[in-house]
Amino acid sequence: MIYYDKVTKIYPDKSVALEDVTFGVEHDEFLTIVGHSGAGKSTLMKLLIAEDRPTRGSVFFESANIHKLDKKNMGKIRRRIGTIFQDYRLIPNKTVYENIAFAMEAAGRSDGEISADVPHVIELVNLGHKIWNFPGELSGGERQRVAIARAIVNQPDIVIADEPTGNLDPENTYEIVRILKKINELGTTVLLTTHNKGVVDALGGRVITMERGKVVKDSKDGKYVL
Amino acid sequence: MFTTLKRIARTGFVNFWRNSFLSFAAIVVITLSLTAFGALIFASAFGRSLLTEVKDKVDINVYFTLSAPENDIVSLQKDVNALAEVATTTYTSRDAALASFKEKWQDNALIMQGLDEVGDNPFPASISIKAKDPGNYGAIADFLKSRNPLDNSGAPIIEKINYEENKLIIDRLSRIIPTVEQAGAIVALVLILVAIIVVFNTIRLIVYTEKDEIAVMKLVGASNIYVRGPLVISGIMYGVFSGIITLVILAAFSYWSDAIILRLAGVDVAANFELVVNVLSNYFVRNFAQIFVIIMMAGIILGGLSSYLAARKYLKV
Repeated sequence: MIYYDKVTKIYPDKSVALEDVTFGVEHDEFLTIVGHSGAGKSTLMKLLIAEDRPTRGSVFFESANIHKLDKKNMGKIRRRIGTIFQDYRLIPNKTVYENIAFAMEAAGRSDGEISADVPHVIELVNLGHKIWNFPGELSGGERQRVAIARAIVNQPDIVIADEPTGNLDPENTYEIVRILKKINELGTTVLLTTHNKGVVDALGGRVITMERGKVVKDSKDGKYVL
Repeated sequence: MFTTLKRIARTGFVNFWRNSFLSFAAIVVITLSLTAFGALIFASAFGRSLLTEVKDKVDINVYFTLSAPENDIVSLQKDVNALAEVATTTYTSRDAALASFKEKWQDNALIMQGLDEVGDNPFPASISIKAKDPGNYGAIADFLKSRNPLDNSGAPIIEKINYEENKLIIDRLSRIIPTVEQAGAIVALVLILVAIIVVFNTIRLIVYTEKDEIAVMKLVGASNIYVRGPLVISGIMYGVFSGIITLVILAAFSYWSDAIILRLAGVDVAANFELVVNVLSNYFVRNFAQIFVIIMMAGIILGGLSSYLAARKYLKV
């Protein structure tokens, strides 16, 4: 479903974020990418949603080379990818409902679909009581749950979560992990980056370990080896 | 498509109200720019009115000999009227000149007694000539000198043309008026340019504060029109509100302009120019439809186009 083909990313300051990275992700898979800060985990995610471009190599979503798509087709691909950021990236002047509804509006969903699906997905992340609150009125864990709801509301083919628990306390961390596992069980591919050993141990499954921009281990035993 | 437009409009309206501080800042800046623009319109109208009045006060008078036959004078007036440079001519006969003098000095016994002692009508017939442009008076004077008809005794019928006496002021006006008009146009252009730059930069700053949200919208798959549309709607709303406020300011200024101008110019100076009275309020009322369209369109275009252009940079995600 996703394939990183000999991807290298060198930033303008000459720092090498990724070096000749190659791996694939299958449908319905739950892949955890681990590594220290600066290992290149976030860069992998940014390349997948074309927030950044590789210096060399290609990133494929199914058969499409993401960085060769025009704006219109890139938009279509992004709508099939639900993205969860460490810093939530919610729109501050929109309520919880509006933040999630916006993703559906962007995907061209009808008003009927939006009014049916948004409350449902808000209930799924246990935020029914905060539906008309603005992001500034929510805790970190609640904001991350809004971000998850926004990511899954269009029933994407894949959800990518870049350090989604990085700013959260243990209780909220495991709530987020539980939701991501549930999403995967419902048939959505999940790509998660973390440096939290506890999260990796709780998830199991396939784990890719990165170090200084390179894949140093790709195992299915769910072990954090750093 | 209709659903998309409806959502864009709704989001633009909602953002306008929710980002009330930024909206207020934008409205203040656009209002100031539009008011400067409106002031230029007023200054132009006032200046045109003043120049027209000054031009109108300048004329040349041709005085004829006492023996000049009226037929010759009227014939000469026809010839002068036919000149392309001439706007109007007014013939004053000897009798009319006498009657006008008597009416003016009827309360002054000494002057009236002096007039009686002279016996005959001492006033010559005259033609007052107004040119379309003050620069034309020289050519008209030359024409009169060259055409000076002779009376029955073979003497020229024109006694005097007061062009030479007025030549200095006429020449100065001919030079000053185009300079004033050109300088006014340059000042107006510079002010309009400054206003556009200030408004554009203010809106660019507002859009800059929303660059992260724009990036998020793009990353969840929103098309450019979905991201840019609400910004443009908000920009148009800045323009609409600014336009309305500016029209109120201009209406208030034109209503109180008499008092303000009298105070600024000094009552004596202003009183010498009867034209000052109600110039702006009359102009505002007469041209309201035109001013309304100009100010509102300027506001809408300034706000909308600035937002459209300012968003461009952040859509490249």
